[in-house]
Order: sequence, then structure tokens, then C-alpha cells
Amino acid sequence: MRYLLMIYDDEAGYDAATEEQREAMRAEYGKVAAGWGDRMQGGDELASSTSATTVRVRGDERLVTDGPFAETKEQLGGYFIVDVEDLDTAIALAAELPGARSGSIEVRPIIGM
Amino acid sequence: MTDVAKVVDRAFREDAGRAVAALIGAIRDFDLAEEAWQDACEQALRIWPQRGVPDNPSAWLFTTARNRAIDRLRRDRVGRDKLAAAGQIADLQAMGDDVHEIPDDRLRLLFTCCHPALALDARVALTLRTVAGLTTREIARAFLVPEPTLGQRLTRAKRKIREAAIPYRVPPREVLPERLEGVRAVIYLVFNEGYAATEGELMRAELCDEAIRLCRLLDHLVPDEPETRGLLGLLLLQHARRAARTDAAGEIVVLEDQDRSRWDQAMIDEGLALVRDSVAQTGPYRLQATIAACHAAAPRPEDTDWPQIATLYTALATIRPSPVVELNRAVAIAMADGPDAGLRMLDPLAPDLDRYHLFHAARADLLRRAGDDAGARFAYDRALELVTNDAERRYLARRRDDLAPA
Repeated sequence: MRYLLMIYDDEAGYDAATEEQREAMRAEYGKVAAGWGDRMQGGDELASSTSATTVRVRGDERLVTDGPFAETKEQLGGYFIVDVEDLDTAIALAAELPGARSGSIEVRPIIGM
Repeated sequence: MTDVAKVVDRAFREDAGRAVAALIGAIRDFDLAEEAWQDACEQALRIWPQRGVPDNPSAWLFTTARNRAIDRLRRDRVGRDKLAAAGQIADLQAMGDDVHEIPDDRLRLLFTCCHPALALDARVALTLRTVAGLTTREIARAFLVPEPTLGQRLTRAKRKIREAAIPYRVPPREVLPERLEGVRAVIYLVFNEGYAATEGELMRAELCDEAIRLCRLLDHLVPDEPETRGLLGLLLLQHARRAARTDAAGEIVVLEDQDRSRWDQAMIDEGLALVRDSVAQTGPYRLQATIAACHAAAPRPEDTDWPQIATLYTALATIRPSPVVELNRAVAIAMADGPDAGLRMLDPLAPDLDRYHLFHAARADLLRRAGDDAGARFAYDRALELVTNDAERRYLARRRDDLAPA
């Protein structure tokens, strides 16, 4: 069973961080993910939501707007894809992520195609 | 109801949870398990009146449900699902015929239904539906929500269990405590459904027994949990009064009129011991158990320590505020300080509890005690419009008719 772990967090803290602090955070995520072994199927850090663009097509019209789909305090900042036995395991892995302590992790099952 | 319908109904009530739990254990499919069981009960209603009721109705029902699940798996599964179905069929075939002779899977089912990834209302509904075998209609009434809403809640919960792969198991020890609260809430609600059934007879003692049984199991699995013991104490102290709660004709006898010699003293003793035992903690169940203990310890109604009960309800309202707790607190204060004090507390609760028959029944009783028969009559009428249980309806009608003529 594959799950997408979406890391939502307040971007203000991350934006204010120095490059050194960001490296330390990345290292922390890297350490956690390394501990997952081959249950980790992929994942990455996303650029700030200020760099996001939202696209909609309505009829023949293409609407392109600046910014993320939902303007909320917590933004999607990164994700992991994990392949585990069940939801409890996915929840346990999500709880290990640093973002779970400062923000929240949305755990979504992936429907295989 | 015909005799056959009664036997099916009883077997359905008693075995539904166990049978459905066992079927889910084998096939991990809530819908298929429930449908198979439902089909078996319908088939029994068709066949038994002609061929007679089998010697072991519950074995007949379980075998039929199992075969029904196998038929459906053979017929409906196509493509890559066929392979999974072969495994499910093998597991079903390997099961015994009598649900009472295979391991009880209900605790595993209970924890799955109470998984925190499900919304609380969904946990409660799913547990009552699958573990306790209540109908969607009964659950909807117990929780004062429309039946279609409840049906959607169940469908969504089952879909989530399937799509998100919520495991079917008793959780490992390190996460057990966080799962316990939801399980206790569900057990308590199951008990309440039995204690004041929404349909038919006033009580459904087997549901209360079921809740007590599940609570004992929980206490055994996770020992020394003050709130689990408090809950068990509460259930025992309430259930101890069962024989005195109705008269020979099945009519309601309220607490103050009950023959206290008919209370189950062994059950009271066990309940009181549990309440004393868990004195270190004052969680909501222990508080309620202590309230029940105040009643159980009073030899006569006039010996009841109402001020103490009012204090306990105030403590309960602090940690678990709810309109129903406020209603009970108002009644206790009315008993301690007079009906007017209670009535003043009821008015602000009307917006929340206007559709709750016991709110109007309590109001009617306090108005009667305060000498306002016209007001009491009006409130009894409102309670009678909302009541769904026949015994409660007759009781309320009697109380209304006892009032001085308008």
C-alpha cells in the first residue's frame, strides 16, 4: 500500500531561516527518510508557495493565477511517498517527520494505476 | 411478530457482531460480510416458516452467511481481484460452522471500528452497526440524526477503512492507550442503547450484557486503566437495577418508586468495589460511576445524597460539558434545592435539547413538583410527541393523565 505524506507547515519560519539552518532541516529529514529503508519510494522538498502558479481551464479559457490553490497559513512544503503495510505504519512514519511537530502531515493513500 | 421472525431476530441480535467479525477476519471486507449476514437472515425468514427452525439456528445462519460470501466472491470478482478472491474463499472455507466455536474476533473488530483515523461519530456508528448488530435506524434514533445521514456516515467509514488500509487488529501495546478512549465511549453508548432501547421493549438486556462483556474484555486486555474500571463500575451499577426498572406488565418504574430489594446486590457490590478501586482518578466515567454509587448506596429514595450528586454533576460538567450533563445536573439540583432551582437551569438548554424527549419529561416532572400542572401537561405532551420507546410513551402518558384535570 502506497501513501503520499504531504508536509504542511508554516512557511514564515522556513523563509526566515538561514541557508545553514535549512541545511540542518534537510539533514534531519534525510536522516528520518534514510531510516525508512526501501519503504521510502521518493520525496522532495518544494520551493516556497510564493513560487506556485495555479492553472484552471474553464471552457476554452485558460486561467493562470499567481500563488497556491489554497491561501492558508500552512502550505505544502514537501512530500514523501512510502510503501508500507497499512495506515498505522504510514501514520507512524509520518509522525517521525520534523514537520509533524511544527506543522502537520496529511497521509493520503495512493490508488495504484 | 411470528415465532420464526422472533427466532431470527434473536439470533440476529445475539450473533450479528460475532458472525460479522469472524467474516471480516477472513475476507477483510465490511460490506461483503454485512451483506452476507443480512442475506442469511433474510433467507432464514423465507425458509424456516416452511421447513421449520433448525436445531442450531445460529450455526445455520453463520454457515449460510459464509456460503453466501463465497458465492458472491466467485460471482462478482473479475480480473486481478479473482486471485485475491481465491484466498478469501479458502479462508472462509477453513472456518468452522458454528460461530460460537471459533475464536471471538470482536475485540479486533472493535479496535478497527474505533480507529482514530475515523471521525468519532463514524467510529460509534460503525461499532454499533457491526459489533453490536444494531440497525442503521436504531443508531440514527439513538444519536438523534436522520437515518440517511447515518447511512452515509457508515458508508464513508467503511470506504475509508478499505481505501486507507486501516488495519484489522488489536493495536500494539505502545498505541493502545490512545485507542482506549474511543473504545470506551463506544462501549458506553452501546450500553445506553440497551439501557433505554430506542424501539420495542424498554431495555435490551443483552446489549447491556454485551457492553459489560466488552468492557471486561477491555479491562482484561489493558488492565489497571482507571477509566475502564470506572466505566465497568458505572455499567454494573446501572444494570444492577434492571429487574426493578419495570413491573410485571413491563411498565416503567422510576428510580424513586423502585423496589430496592430487587436490585442485583452482587452486581452493586462489584460496581462499588470498582468505584472505590479507581479513586485516584476523576475521569468522566468514574464520576458517573460515583453518581450511580450514590443511588446504589441509598437504602431508601429519601436517603439519596442529592447535594453530593449535584456536586458530582458539576465536576462532570467541568471536564465533559454537554447539554445532557447539564440536564442531569439541573434535576439533581432540583432534588436538592427544590424544583424552581432546577427549572431555571433548564430554560437555557431548550435550543439544544428541544428534540430530546427526556428534556421535556424532566421539565414536566419539575413543573409538576412545583405545582404547575398546566405547564407540566404541555411539557408531557411535547415529550410524548418525541418519544420512540413504547414503555416510555405509556409511562409519560400515565404521568400526564395523573395531573389534575385542565
